[in-house]
Amino acid sequence: MLSEQNLKKIEELKTHYPNPRPVVLAALWMWQDEHGWISEEGMKYVAGLVNMPPHEVYGIVTFYTMFNRKPVGRHKIEVCTNVSCMLRNSDKIVKHLENRLNVKMGETTPDNRFTLVEAECLGACGYAPMLQCGDEYYENLDEAKVDRILSELK
Amino acid sequence: MEKLILPNIPDLHKLDVYEANGGYQMLRKALGMKPEEVTDEVKKSNLRGRGGACFPTGLKWTFMPKNSDKPKYLCINGDESEPGTFKDRQIFEDNPHLMIEGGLIAAYAMGVQTIYLYIRGEYNKWIKMVQRAVDDAYAKGYIGKNILGSNFSTNFYIHRGAGAYICGEESALMNSLEGERGYPRVKPPFPAQFGLWGCPTTINNVETIANVPLILRMGWEAYSKIGHPKHPGPILVGISGHVNAPGVYEVPTGVLITDLIYGNPSIGEKYGRGVPGNKKIKAIIPGGSSTMIMRGDAIEGVTMDADGLKAAGSSVGTAGLIVMDEDTDLIRVITRITKFYYHESCGQCTPCREGTGWMFKILKRFENREATMEDIDLLLDVANNIEGNTICALGDAAAWPVQSMIKRFRDEFEKRVMKSNGTAKRKSPDIVHALR
Repeated sequence: MLSEQNLKKIEELKTHYPNPRPVVLAALWMWQDEHGWISEEGMKYVAGLVNMPPHEVYGIVTFYTMFNRKPVGRHKIEVCTNVSCMLRNSDKIVKHLENRLNVKMGETTPDNRFTLVEAECLGACGYAPMLQCGDEYYENLDEAKVDRILSELK
Repeated sequence: MEKLILPNIPDLHKLDVYEANGGYQMLRKALGMKPEEVTDEVKKSNLRGRGGACFPTGLKWTFMPKNSDKPKYLCINGDESEPGTFKDRQIFEDNPHLMIEGGLIAAYAMGVQTIYLYIRGEYNKWIKMVQRAVDDAYAKGYIGKNILGSNFSTNFYIHRGAGAYICGEESALMNSLEGERGYPRVKPPFPAQFGLWGCPTTINNVETIANVPLILRMGWEAYSKIGHPKHPGPILVGISGHVNAPGVYEVPTGVLITDLIYGNPSIGEKYGRGVPGNKKIKAIIPGGSSTMIMRGDAIEGVTMDADGLKAAGSSVGTAGLIVMDEDTDLIRVITRITKFYYHESCGQCTPCREGTGWMFKILKRFENREATMEDIDLLLDVANNIEGNTICALGDAAAWPVQSMIKRFRDEFEKRVMKSNGTAKRKSPDIVHALR
């Protein structure tokens, strides 16, 4: 189920393309925004919206890395560890986050507040090390800055 | 040099400020020209694509059929995901209307009725910024039906990706846009003949398109005199790694790489402001992670342009310059880069799908000091068998860094072979379980 507002948006997006299929990514984004992750139920629902067989929607969800196929914490923290960030000590940021949150990469805190994951290059190489949470980029990180960010993310 | 793509004008991302600085006047000018005259102008300017391949932009546009009963499409590639590359994002943030205006001019030149701007999913913050600019341009009649009272109509839609480096490859981008998995297509047929939904399509990088209004404003002749004659124009260089002032710098092509790193006081530019702690440079990657690594003692006199870097045994790529100081562990660097290509391989072609994983597995052995001397040649053998044997260039992009690292830093590998006489037990995890 998607909100009325999103369903209206999907109808509008369909006018951008010669067939409804290209709207599949947008519809999956909306599902993830509303539900936090994409269940099989979500895939079937989206398949109906964009006139695709459900197994093909499954193929899409498993191809793209940003879709959550299981529930995640309220804040999904994605730390870039690729080369430019690595050169500027992203491993220290990773270690600090693991210690502060008491979880390993890929895990969620027991209070469901944070999920910590490793990300591939996020296009912020000049402002390394960095992490993404939601739409926000947090750049030029050090340990104190990470602490401030964590305390802001309720 | 005067900044053309990212001029230092406050609030230039706002439509009224952009208009007050001559914005959308080049669209007006183009609409007063014949479409082929616009293409000709771009062709004569010698603008070459800024997405990595340096293909002549005007020539690419001429591949589009003049008369077609099918709709024609322009895709602007904003999937920027190559490690070391972070320039298009600066255009989205600081000068989105320049790219929109360029897209409209390109669409007019090629008779395109629909423009799609594909932006990587992680850039949602910037997607929202560009969407605001697009909405404003629609409201002012720069996009839509009968643009500025002419017979020319086109739409401009933003399409958000969802996390896949491969979607920056033009044919994968089209498949992704069509709602498929982002698998590259076999070429030929090329996009100009058989692109989106089988229709004529051109794909240009965001920065390439942002150069188009500049060419019309200056005229092709003046534009072609900026920077290197064979690869002219302003170019956005992203400097990252071990420099004091990393960031995106707009420079004319042909600037010395050493100037980009250390600055050049004689022209009042500081650029990267040198290496922290005044350390020596061990290596650089000049144009994003797929370009060949260069020794720090071999960068003197090398310039940031297609010819200069080709002659030096690398390539300009996306001009994402990564600097590594003398204390850098290059085995870690190449292992991390290879892990990226392994993760991002779409899985269609066996040499890439399997080969990237094998390379990562062998490199892990070097990282953990569990490799043997023979592993160096084994690694090279795998890289050589990926290169040229895949549908798209991701295979090459994975092979080149490994090949160049072995060629130019073989001693680094030799230093990391197993210290014991081969009796040590390997601890490196099996690759299949090490990732996801």
